[in-house]
Amino acid sequence: MTPNPYLWLVGHLWLVPLLPLAGAAINGFFGRRSSKIAISTIALVFCGSAFLMALGLAAGSSSASAPYYCDFAHWIRSGSFQVDFSFYLDQLSLVMLLVVTGVGFLIHIYSVGYMWDDDGYYRFMSYMNLFMFFMLTLVLAKDYLVMFIGWEGVGLASYLLIGYWFTKDSAAAAGKKAFIVNRIGDFGFLIALFLMIKHFGSLDFTQVFAAVQTLSPETGGAGPLTAIGLLLMVGAAGKSAQIPLYVWLPDAMEGPTPVSALIHAATMVTAGVYMVARSSVIFERAPMAMMVIAIIGTLTALFAATIGIAQTDIKKVLAYSTISQLGYMFMACGVGAFSAGIFHLMTHAFFKGLLFLAAGSVIHGIGGEQDMRKMGGLRLYMPWTFLTMGIATLAIAGIPPFAGFWSKDEILWKAFGASWVYWLIGVVTAFITSFYMFRLMYMTFGGEYRGTVVQEAHGHDAHGHGQGHGHGEPHESPWVMLGPLVILAVLSVVGGFLGYRNWFEHFLAPVFQGPAMKVVEETSREAADSTLEHLLMFVSVSVAGLGWLLAYLLYSRRPQLPARIAASLGGLYRAVANKYYIDELYAVLFVKPVVDGSTTILWHGVDQEVIDATVNNSASAARHVSDTVRHMQSGNLRSYAGWVAAGGAVVIAYMVWMGVR
Amino acid sequence: MLHLILFLFFGAICVAGAVNLLVQSHPINSALSLIAVMASLAAEYLLLGAEFVAAVQVIVYAGAIMVLFVITIMLLNAGAEERSKGSRVAILLGIPGVVIGGVLVAWTLLNRSNMQAVPIGALKGDPRDIARLLFHDFLLPFEVTSVLILIAIMGAVVLASRPQAVARGPRKDEG
Amino acid sequence: MVPLSYYLLLSGILFVCGVLGFLIKRNIITIFMSIELMLNGVNLSFVAFAAHWHALSGQVFVFFVMVVAAAEAAVGLAIIIAVYRTRETLNVDRVNLLKL
Repeated sequence: MTPNPYLWLVGHLWLVPLLPLAGAAINGFFGRRSSKIAISTIALVFCGSAFLMALGLAAGSSSASAPYYCDFAHWIRSGSFQVDFSFYLDQLSLVMLLVVTGVGFLIHIYSVGYMWDDDGYYRFMSYMNLFMFFMLTLVLAKDYLVMFIGWEGVGLASYLLIGYWFTKDSAAAAGKKAFIVNRIGDFGFLIALFLMIKHFGSLDFTQVFAAVQTLSPETGGAGPLTAIGLLLMVGAAGKSAQIPLYVWLPDAMEGPTPVSALIHAATMVTAGVYMVARSSVIFERAPMAMMVIAIIGTLTALFAATIGIAQTDIKKVLAYSTISQLGYMFMACGVGAFSAGIFHLMTHAFFKGLLFLAAGSVIHGIGGEQDMRKMGGLRLYMPWTFLTMGIATLAIAGIPPFAGFWSKDEILWKAFGASWVYWLIGVVTAFITSFYMFRLMYMTFGGEYRGTVVQEAHGHDAHGHGQGHGHGEPHESPWVMLGPLVILAVLSVVGGFLGYRNWFEHFLAPVFQGPAMKVVEETSREAADSTLEHLLMFVSVSVAGLGWLLAYLLYSRRPQLPARIAASLGGLYRAVANKYYIDELYAVLFVKPVVDGSTTILWHGVDQEVIDATVNNSASAARHVSDTVRHMQSGNLRSYAGWVAAGGAVVIAYMVWMGVR
Repeated sequence: MLHLILFLFFGAICVAGAVNLLVQSHPINSALSLIAVMASLAAEYLLLGAEFVAAVQVIVYAGAIMVLFVITIMLLNAGAEERSKGSRVAILLGIPGVVIGGVLVAWTLLNRSNMQAVPIGALKGDPRDIARLLFHDFLLPFEVTSVLILIAIMGAVVLASRPQAVARGPRKDEG
Repeated sequence: MVPLSYYLLLSGILFVCGVLGFLIKRNIITIFMSIELMLNGVNLSFVAFAAHWHALSGQVFVFFVMVVAAAEAAVGLAIIIAVYRTRETLNVDRVNLLKL
């Protein structure tokens, strides 16, 4: 009985991405004249049905018969190179599928409430569904090129949604920045694809991985697998905002908060991690590339966390926090703990999505203000938001038994197994993370309210809030927004228990065949090292607690201290607050030369001097020729006769010459 | 021998007439020398045996066309030619061109050694034979040229007529 | 017995004189007469070749040349009269309204 519906689900795996696409198309083409209820229904129904399919696939899955393939259509058949629209379901893609559809569906529900008063409501819902389509294509693809379609597509959706309020210059610029920086990463990805075609003749996962497994590890640090791995990492760095291509993510906060939650916290930015985990077979045989990934991830985690402590915009704090947590995930992948990275990806989707949605609730409740210095005391006005955001903060700080503790600790443990340096930096970052998250909580919800409420729709989240409510004080959000918050809060509490007794790791083991062997070894080793593991766990928990304590002291007990510390640190503080001036550095190093070179060489040099000149000069050449030839038309009969006689002489001469030859 | 003398005699008249046409300044003198050229050409035709052609040459060419020219000169009261600037191209390009062309042709002709001599009265151009050819083989061109003459007559009449003021009837749509 | 080339030479001389007259002379009527001279030269070569190859059609062709010359002379003189009426001059250099 049960196999039949399950096999139907698997056979129609292509429905999962295409349902949101249908929703996007309907809303995109017909939404302008539809009622908001109709638009919301379409968006939620198509997104929700994808989620239901995902649940059905999860319910019926059994590890023994995975992975499943679903061939949808032919695409490229060129000689021996072949790419088809095929979809692939194994444990890893099932986890990603559930996260994307589940969190995505919740955020769609939230958006109904958040964006209701916006004029382009249908456009927003259409773009959100479009994003779901591309993201699902990405995670379900069976082929790197189909994954690349999804990769590019989520970049496009991100651009559209960041620049959703495109009439604002800063939003349009932020969208452009995101797309261009992504593109740089995509360039690396593409070259990696080309190398794969060259070496393996195919981009299909099964074929590539089968071919890779016949190769030996490149311990020398050079070779095609290392090159492919490093280039894939370039792509992942662009998409998942790692050093040096992270600069777009803080600017992306110009978009509406649901966008920040869905794309820049839960799903799109994790695409890089997914791609690295999917390519684990390649990376395991390229230890140099793995080391580079681990180093980049670790450094990014620390770097972003330090910037986060000086930010005053609530969304910017969360943005840098996202970059930092993504660094953790890459650190995990870099040391070979791919399943730990995916585990943290999942829990991060829960608590970071929750954090962003709750921040949106806060912003919505005080009329569009995002500066934390103008907040405070909101726990009295928004109890539910306060509660859920508090749970998320506990999760991200790594306090047990919340979700973040389980996943972050797993990463730190595995990192320690690779090198204590990774572990130490990870612990320091955890301390800083806890500090700035609790700083955020105290500044936003603690003390007294410092702002003037309902500042009329100026600033960032201008969504016409003022007209609707017009209360004189901050207020809680409607239940259409609070519902997803509560659900995500529950997940942030219980989500970590999937790591109990390494269940999650064992679940994903068939995907990461290498570590599967290691897992078996480790279970025996863990019994022996359990004391070490418990010691490290104690260290990380206490560090999180220290961060909380410091935040409490600085922002609750003695709120005047932070300003004095900042003043005494002077230049150092300013550098951190200004994000170490990295954006300015890039502008001077890269942006200005490109723009100047383009203006001078391409515009003046090629376009004006060569192309325009060719056209203009051929026209003036025609004119000069005709000016010269014009003199033949003198109107004088005898000159005409002269020309005729001369021409006749030429012809006669030619004929005589031909006759003589 | 006689043939050659006669040929050279009439040929000299031809050339003299042609040169005189170039040299004279009053058009009537040029017209008269052209008549002389045509008459001697008729004699040349006779030397070649084309009696009908010679007759037609005198009757039509010298007798009708040249008369037309003389009438026109009289009608327009053409005087001696005046000096005018003219065209440099004609002098610089045209004269060398035609001279070179002529020299080339002459040189080609003189180099040919296989040109037979043409006896006197070589091809007797009987009117009967010519008529047979004209009305059998060349009937279509004959008819076409007759139409051509008709058109020429009409064209000449129209072109040369004095432009009349065209009387316009009262316009119906204007007050 | 005159060689054919002599006839052709004479024809060529007449033709060259005709072209020279066209180039040198300024009176329109004289230019027209040079055209007639050219045509006569051509007629002579036709008849000469007809005699050389015993093809009577050469002589028939002379007819057609003459007919066309007659038609052309008629129309041309009519044009000259029309031009004289408007421009009051027979000098071909004065008739240059088509000058660019």
